[in-house]
Amino acid sequence: MAANPMTQFEVYRIGPEIKIGSFDISFTNASLFMVISSLAILIIFNLGSKKNSLLPNKIQLLAELSYTFVSKMISDTAGSKAKPYFAFIFSLFMFVLFCNMFGMIPYTFTVTSHIIVTFVLAAFIFIGVTIIGFIKHGFGYLKLFVPSGVPVVLLPLIVIIEIISYLSRPISLSVRLFANMMAGHTMMKVFGGFVISLGIVGGWLPLSFSVALTGLEILVAFLQAYVFAILTCIYLNDALNLHH
Amino acid sequence: MIKKIFFQSIFFNFFFLKEVFSAESGGMPQLNPEFWISQIFWLSLTFGILYIVLSKLILPKISANLELRKSQIQENIEAAEKQRQSSEAKLKEYEEIVVKSKIEAKNIFKDAREKALKNINSKKENLDQQIDEEIKKAEKEIDVLKKNAPEKINKIAIETSSEILKKLIGADVNNSSISAIVDDLSKRGGNKYYGN
Repeated sequence: MAANPMTQFEVYRIGPEIKIGSFDISFTNASLFMVISSLAILIIFNLGSKKNSLLPNKIQLLAELSYTFVSKMISDTAGSKAKPYFAFIFSLFMFVLFCNMFGMIPYTFTVTSHIIVTFVLAAFIFIGVTIIGFIKHGFGYLKLFVPSGVPVVLLPLIVIIEIISYLSRPISLSVRLFANMMAGHTMMKVFGGFVISLGIVGGWLPLSFSVALTGLEILVAFLQAYVFAILTCIYLNDALNLHH
Repeated sequence: MIKKIFFQSIFFNFFFLKEVFSAESGGMPQLNPEFWISQIFWLSLTFGILYIVLSKLILPKISANLELRKSQIQENIEAAEKQRQSSEAKLKEYEEIVVKSKIEAKNIFKDAREKALKNINSKKENLDQQIDEEIKKAEKEIDVLKKNAPEKINKIAIETSSEILKKLIGADVNNSSISAIVDDLSKRGGNKYYGN
């Protein structure tokens, strides 16, 4: 009777089918919300940086606060060496945040609730960080897997654990974001379905839950974007500073 | 209000009913690889454009804006600091002038007092000296008179005694013998002879 809560994640083609070779790169609803999120970011930050007044207006304040927020996050976790990667982490944070937030509007599509999207982002970060690490430290980057102050007997075990944890970084990073977004949206859909199935008499309780969940999900949307960005900073810090 | 919500819920019911009947596929649509390539392609495209535009156009502008504001505020603070310092220096100058003039006034007062005191002292000394000299002179005169007095007295005594004797006896008595007696008497002390 209740609506399948997973239908909201379905991807469908908008417009004609586009193919390059054997690859289908048609414009879908997912692509639409990627474009909308990116455009929204560009418009807001373009307006926020257009004119410089000593006393910033609201949109300029928003842009500058986001700038200093991300800048502080990077310098706190990865130090001053991470400055060249500021633009990437800023765009990453904003992209994930806007995709999450657009997903909170009813009848929209949540780009980040798809494992393939988050995995591509995470894999790109993982490969990029690994390349940066090897460029900065050469084969000395492998010291990352050998923590100092560990008894020699335990060393082989620790090294294996470290390698596994390093290799699982893209998976944990992508699954964390994807699962959070999917679970939240599914839960909201389920509660929405309860409102309908219980009707005007008993539907008030799930409705109030639904309202509360919406607030929670907005928090989660921000938090997951923040976590995604800050974990990227931490991985970058490992590659740049090699603390182990 | 309740009526409105009621009608709204009925209105939204149609949306959900439509979905209820259209929902047929099971499982997670995320694991359906049909549009994976498309999603990867559009993600790379949109994120790439976003990154390039942000990093080349927008973020440098925001950074410049922030820097400009920071430097402007810094400049203002520095200017304020400078003005504060200059006003402090002026205040110090003023205080120094006040202290200096106070010291000067004190010195002038002191000098005047000393001068006056000196003047008085010197005049006093002069007067004292004059008085001393006068006293000494007078004492000398008195001394001289004192020294001369016994001789004169003796002379007078001799003369008077010789005249008395002449009148009494009617004959001249040798002056030298009278003088001897007078001397003798004056040496022994007149009081014993003359009584009270």
